[in-house]
Amino acid sequence: MILGGSGCGKSTLMKQLIGLLPPNSGTIEVLGHDIVRERASVLPSIGVMFQSGALFGSMTLLENVMLPLEIYTRLAPPARASVARTKLGLVGLGESADLLPAEISGGMAKRAGIARALALDPPLLFLDEPGAGLDPITSAGLDKLILELREALGVTFVVVTHELSSIMTIADRCIMLDRDAQGLIAEGRPDRLKAESANPIVHAFFHREVL
Amino acid sequence: MRALPSREQPNDRATLACADRAGAVALVFAGRLDAAGIARLWSPAVKAASGAKGRPLLFDLSAVSVCDTAGATLLVAAEDAHGAPATLVGAAETLASLLARVRQALPHPTKPQRAAGLGSPFRLLLAGFAAAANGIAFLGETVVAIILAPRRLRMLRADDILVVADQAGVRAMPLIVILGFLIGLILAFQSAIPLQTFGAVIFVANLVAIGLFRELGPLLAAVILSGRTASAFAAEIGTMKVNEEVDALSTMGLDPMTMLVLPRLFAAVLVMPMLTIGLELAGLVGMAVVLHLFGYPLGVVIRQVQQAATVGDFVGGLVKALCFAAVVAAIGCSRGLSTGRGPRAVGISTTAAVVGGIVATILLDGAFALIFYRLGL
Repeated sequence: MILGGSGCGKSTLMKQLIGLLPPNSGTIEVLGHDIVRERASVLPSIGVMFQSGALFGSMTLLENVMLPLEIYTRLAPPARASVARTKLGLVGLGESADLLPAEISGGMAKRAGIARALALDPPLLFLDEPGAGLDPITSAGLDKLILELREALGVTFVVVTHELSSIMTIADRCIMLDRDAQGLIAEGRPDRLKAESANPIVHAFFHREVL
Repeated sequence: MRALPSREQPNDRATLACADRAGAVALVFAGRLDAAGIARLWSPAVKAASGAKGRPLLFDLSAVSVCDTAGATLLVAAEDAHGAPATLVGAAETLASLLARVRQALPHPTKPQRAAGLGSPFRLLLAGFAAAANGIAFLGETVVAIILAPRRLRMLRADDILVVADQAGVRAMPLIVILGFLIGLILAFQSAIPLQTFGAVIFVANLVAIGLFRELGPLLAAVILSGRTASAFAAEIGTMKVNEEVDALSTMGLDPMTMLVLPRLFAAVLVMPMLTIGLELAGLVGMAVVLHLFGYPLGVVIRQVQQAATVGDFVGGLVKALCFAAVVAAIGCSRGLSTGRGPRAVGISTTAAVVGGIVATILLDGAFALIFYRLGL
């Protein structure tokens, strides 16, 4: 999990990890491959859910999920639709496949974004602020979904967030960025960071204190 | 370096074989059952499972190296085609659990539902009535907003009117002048060639002047207003609607009709005479250039125009232009306010504003032609 306050560069780091932004220096390896030089071959092996879901407004949820399958596989249209319905069913949107993004709620859009990111069964999934803008119940539901998908599909999730409840629920390992330090200030299991970190910023972050 | 889970690896190709095993039909899968691998197997697997109806179905998965949700979907599709669950043989625990999850996730196949109720011509008719009703409602709201405007002067901001007038009028003038000049030039040139045969080239001035004043000037200015300004109105107000800015205005007790529609309506009506006259003058200049090339001095052309066109032609054209401007601006604003949700909605509203504006202008022009004829103008 990538943590940190607003403006510390979490989303920028994620954009670099998925190859949307080149690093200022050095190289970034994703699944053992240079994301800048081998981006085209790495992309089918990663899935990305953007903060708003970033669904294509002119397509139904089913068509949104079918799109990567159409581009990267030779599945016939009925088979593509079946696979896409499976992904939507996995995120609890099996009955909403024919709706347009404008017709669904923010939480549903995020789940549909995850279904689209899962379309090619990538081993690695990036989620940008999955709980942002959602009520606590929907956000907790999304956390549960992430845990279930991780268990069922063996997917590794890289999640950008600053929501404490999500961090404590789903994170195995966290890195924390800080704006003033211009980089990494902490790394480890969230419970350890919360209990043991001597860094005042990390302590304040996990205990919701004002510095 | 970790190998990427490639789409298909030659030594791990997904394969399918069918066999009879103690009265059951066995589908023997091997290799990678992922989205790339199953493409080839989908149709034969479903066909074989469907052909096994009435007999037990068995999936032998002992030689499957990888099975993801796409592969599991294939197995469930085969089960659906067979009509009963299959017995799994040699399936790893994780695969069996994934299959159970996919069975749960995949909605059971249902017959495609026919849209209940009305046929498409009837729906079109209903949509037409709905659009007409919306138009009438908008007209009513606009009239009410105009009547109440003196009591809501603080909401009607003069700055907004001037900004829109600048955008719709002053900034449109170069386009209007260029188009007017070219239209006058082309019209004069095209009519001068046949008229030359009869030695009547000078009457090109009559044709172009009357044509511009009575028809082409107001009509083309309205078309340009539609394409350039009504579309902008629809896009601006539509984006505000999508961003809930219109709702924000309402919750602050500010009337969107007075704040958003009236300034645009007033500005469009204000600039339209200027645009029409600009287009007509530019058209006359274009015509004069052609007649000059045919040997007619400028003074002769001006006198011919003065004799041919009356003040009534000019004023009648301006009255038409004012009505066109009001209708085109109202349609642009109305489309903007009826924008739906989502990124496509603004595009749809913009297109509807342009198409609606042009169609309404032409219909209105037809109505004016009838009225002017009946009045003997």
